[in-house]
Amino acid sequence: MQLLKDTNIDFMGIRKICYFISIALILIGFTSIAAHKGIKYNIDFTGGLMLQAELNGVKAEQLRVTLSDIGFKDAEIQQITDDTNTDLFIIKTSSTENASEKIKKALKENFPESTKGNFIKQEEEVGPKAGFEMRNQAIRAVFISIFFILLYIWIRFKFSWGVSAAAALLHDTLITIGFLSILNVEIGMTVLAALLTIVGYSINDTIVIFDRIREDLKIYRKEDEYRIFNRSINSTLSRTAITSITTLLADLALLIWGGPVIRDFALTLFIGIIIGTYSSVFIASSLVLDTVVAYKNRSKKK
Amino acid sequence: MKKSKYRALSITIFLLLTIYFLTPLLISERPAFISEKIWPSKLKLGLDLQGGSQIDLYVDLTNVPQKEQDSAVKSALEVIRNRIDYFGVAEPSIQLVGENKIVIQLPGLDDHERAKELIGKTALLEFKLLLQDEETKSLINRLDSYLENNLDKHNFGDLKEQSPTSTLETISDSLQTNEKDNFFSRIIYSGGDGYSVSNNYKEDFKKLLADSSFTANIPNGYQILLGKEDKQNPSSEIPVYFLYNRAELEGKYLSEASVRISGESDFRNANKPYISLKFNREGSRIFERVTGSNINRRLAIVLDNTVYVAPNINDRIRGGEAQITGNFTLEECNDLVIVLKAGNLPAPISIGKTSSIGPSLGADSIRSGLKAGILGTLLVVLFMIIYYKASGINAAIALSLNIGFIFAALTAFKATLTLPGIAGIILTFGMAVDANVLIFERIREEIAAGKTIRNAVDNGFSRATVTILDSNITTLITAAILYQFGTGAIRGFAVTLSIGIISSMFTAIIVSNAIFDNFVTNTQRDKLSI
Repeated sequence: MQLLKDTNIDFMGIRKICYFISIALILIGFTSIAAHKGIKYNIDFTGGLMLQAELNGVKAEQLRVTLSDIGFKDAEIQQITDDTNTDLFIIKTSSTENASEKIKKALKENFPESTKGNFIKQEEEVGPKAGFEMRNQAIRAVFISIFFILLYIWIRFKFSWGVSAAAALLHDTLITIGFLSILNVEIGMTVLAALLTIVGYSINDTIVIFDRIREDLKIYRKEDEYRIFNRSINSTLSRTAITSITTLLADLALLIWGGPVIRDFALTLFIGIIIGTYSSVFIASSLVLDTVVAYKNRSKKK
Repeated sequence: MKKSKYRALSITIFLLLTIYFLTPLLISERPAFISEKIWPSKLKLGLDLQGGSQIDLYVDLTNVPQKEQDSAVKSALEVIRNRIDYFGVAEPSIQLVGENKIVIQLPGLDDHERAKELIGKTALLEFKLLLQDEETKSLINRLDSYLENNLDKHNFGDLKEQSPTSTLETISDSLQTNEKDNFFSRIIYSGGDGYSVSNNYKEDFKKLLADSSFTANIPNGYQILLGKEDKQNPSSEIPVYFLYNRAELEGKYLSEASVRISGESDFRNANKPYISLKFNREGSRIFERVTGSNINRRLAIVLDNTVYVAPNINDRIRGGEAQITGNFTLEECNDLVIVLKAGNLPAPISIGKTSSIGPSLGADSIRSGLKAGILGTLLVVLFMIIYYKASGINAAIALSLNIGFIFAALTAFKATLTLPGIAGIILTFGMAVDANVLIFERIREEIAAGKTIRNAVDNGFSRATVTILDSNITTLITAAILYQFGTGAIRGFAVTLSIGIISSMFTAIIVSNAIFDNFVTNTQRDKLSI
C-alpha cells in the first residue's frame, strides 16, 4: 500500500495562490481577535472566583456534574480530605456575571439536605495560577527559539532558508491563534503547551523537506531550482502525509475520547498540525525559491 | 561486527535503565531485601490526578505603606513561585486569594515541612560592618548600667545571687576593673573571636533583644544581632555581634549563589559545604569600595537578621565574590541558596492552615483521558502495520520501547504527571513514528530504484539518519530554550518533549536498524514486507 505514489504536483507554480491563502487566513484570524476584543484567556491566566462550601453527604463527582450542568464546565472542584467529619469543597471558577449566585442556587436545588445552614464558608476572588508573567515568558521563549532555529538552519543550510523556516513558524502560530479565537477557545496553560508543540512539530516537517532539496540540488545540478524544489517536495510528500496522519490519529483519539480537560489541547493541536503541514509543503520551500530567484535576478542585472 | 556490538551494548543499557526506573510502577511495594537507597522513587501524579496538600500563607502588610501594598503582595507571590520552582516541586498551584492570602497547593502527600520553612524565610541578605572595639566597649558599658536597674524585668534575676567571681574567666579584663555588677557583660562571653551567649541564657537573651525598653538604650545606628545556631549541636553557645545598622551591600546586587564543598586544603572546613556568592557589576564595585576602605575591620554577612559569618577584611576584594562558611548541613546550604536566588520577600509571611486536598479532576475525566491515550496509541500502531505490513511491526516494537522509556525517564527526572501531560505524551507517540516513517519511505524509494534489499535497507537508514538528526535537533533547540527561559509548567513541558525526541531517535536509528539487520538483511531475503 502506498499513498501519494509518484505524484507530480507543481507546488512552485501555485505558490502565489498559497501566499494569498496564508495572508487571508492570518487576516481572518486577526479580524476575529479584534472582533472578540483581544485574545481570550481562561482562569489559568485571569483568575476568578473561589468558594469554600460545606456540603455534608455530597460526593465530589455529584458536585462536578451539578456545576457542569449549569454551564460551569471549567470549574475546578477539590475536596479537603483531612477533615473526615465534614465534606468541605473548594470550588474555583471563572467569575462571570452572577457566578456566585448561580452556583449557590444550583447547590440549594440539588442538595437541599446539605445546604440547610450557612454552607458557604468562604467566598473570595482568586488570582491567576499562571499570571501574565508566565505568558510573556512563553512568548519570549518562542521568539528566542525561532531565532535559534534560524541560526541552526543558517549554519546547516543557508541564511535565506533559515529566514523562510522562521517565517513559516510564525505563520503557523499566528493562524492557529486566529482559529482558536474563531472557535471561541480560551487560552490556558494546556493550550499554551499545545502552541509550543506546534512550533516543534512544524519545524520538523519543514527540515525534512529542506534536507531533501539540499540533497537533490547536489544530484541534479543541471536542472533549475524550480523543478528540483517540486521534485523534492513530491518525493517527500508521502512521508509528510503519513507522519501527519499518525499524529492526527493520536490527536483525534484525544479529541474524541479525551474528555473536557484535554479537548482544548487536542483541538489546538489538530489545527496546528494541519497548518504546520500545509506551511511545510506549500509555504516554507516556496519562500526559499523566491529568495533564491530574486538573488539570481539581481546578480544577472549587475 | 564492531558496529553491531556497540549497538547491542547500547540497547542493553537502555533496556536495563528503563526497567530499573519502571519497577516502582510495576511492583508497588518495595521488597525488603532491596535497600531504600537504590529503589527509585515512583512517578508522581499531579494535583489533578491525585490531589496533594494545601498551605495558606498570609503576607503581613502592617508595616507596608498603603500605596505599596499591591506591589508587595505581587512580588511576594513571584518570590514564592520562584522558591518552589528552585526547590524542585513540579506542577504546583500558587494563587492569590483575596487581598493578602496566598494559597499554595503541592502535589503528593509527602511531608512538606521543609518546603514550608523555605517559603516562610524573608531572605534579606545584608553586609554590615562590626563596631570598632572602643565603640563595642562603650556600648556594653551602657547596657551594663541599664541592666543594673532593670535586671528583674528581664528574667535575669538569678544573676544577682551569683557572685561575679564565679564567671570571672568569662569577663574581659577591661570590664573586670569596673566596680559595678556588669550584668550585661556577664551574660555574654568574650572569646578570642568576639562575644557569645551561653546555652543557659540563650532564650532570655533573645527576649532581651526583642524588648523595646532594652533596645531603646542602643544608640541610633547601632545594632546587636545573634549568630547562627549550630543545628547539629543545639546546646552550644551562640555568637553575639555588635554592628552598624547601615547595610553596606544588599542581596539585590547578587547575580549568583551556589553551594560548594570546600577542598581538603582548607583544614578548618575541609569537605564542608559553603555558599559562594557572586555580585553583579554594581555590587562588585560597592564590595570593592567597602572592603578597600575598611581593611582590618570585620564585615558581617547577615541573612534575615542572623549573622552567618563575620570575617576580617584582610585586603581590598575585587571581582565581587564572597563566601558564607559555617556549620552548615548540605540541606541547609541548598535551602539558603534557593532563597537567595529567588530574592527576598518584601514583607514578612505567616503560615496559616495546612490541609490535604483530593484530586481536582473527577474519576471520569481521568478514565476518559487514559482511554483516549490507549486508543490513540493503538490507532497509530494499527495504521503502521496496515501501511508497512511486517515492517510496521518493527515500528510498533520501537513505539512500545518508547512508551516504556518515556515513563522511565519521567521517573528519573522526578517529573509530575498530569492529565494534559499524558495527552502530550500520547501526541509524541504519533510524532515518534515519524523517524520510522522517514526510514521506511527511504527504503521503499531505494527498492523502487532497483537496489537489492540489503542495499536498500542500508542506504535507507544512512540517508534517513541525516534527516532525522537535522529535524530533531531543531526541535531539541526549541525544547532547550523553553527550558532555559521558562519556569514551572513550561519547563516540565520542555523536559517531556526532549525525552520523547531523544527516545524516538534512539529507537528508530538504533533499535529498528538492529531488528532489520537480524531478521531481514542477514537472512538473504529477496523480498521485504514494507
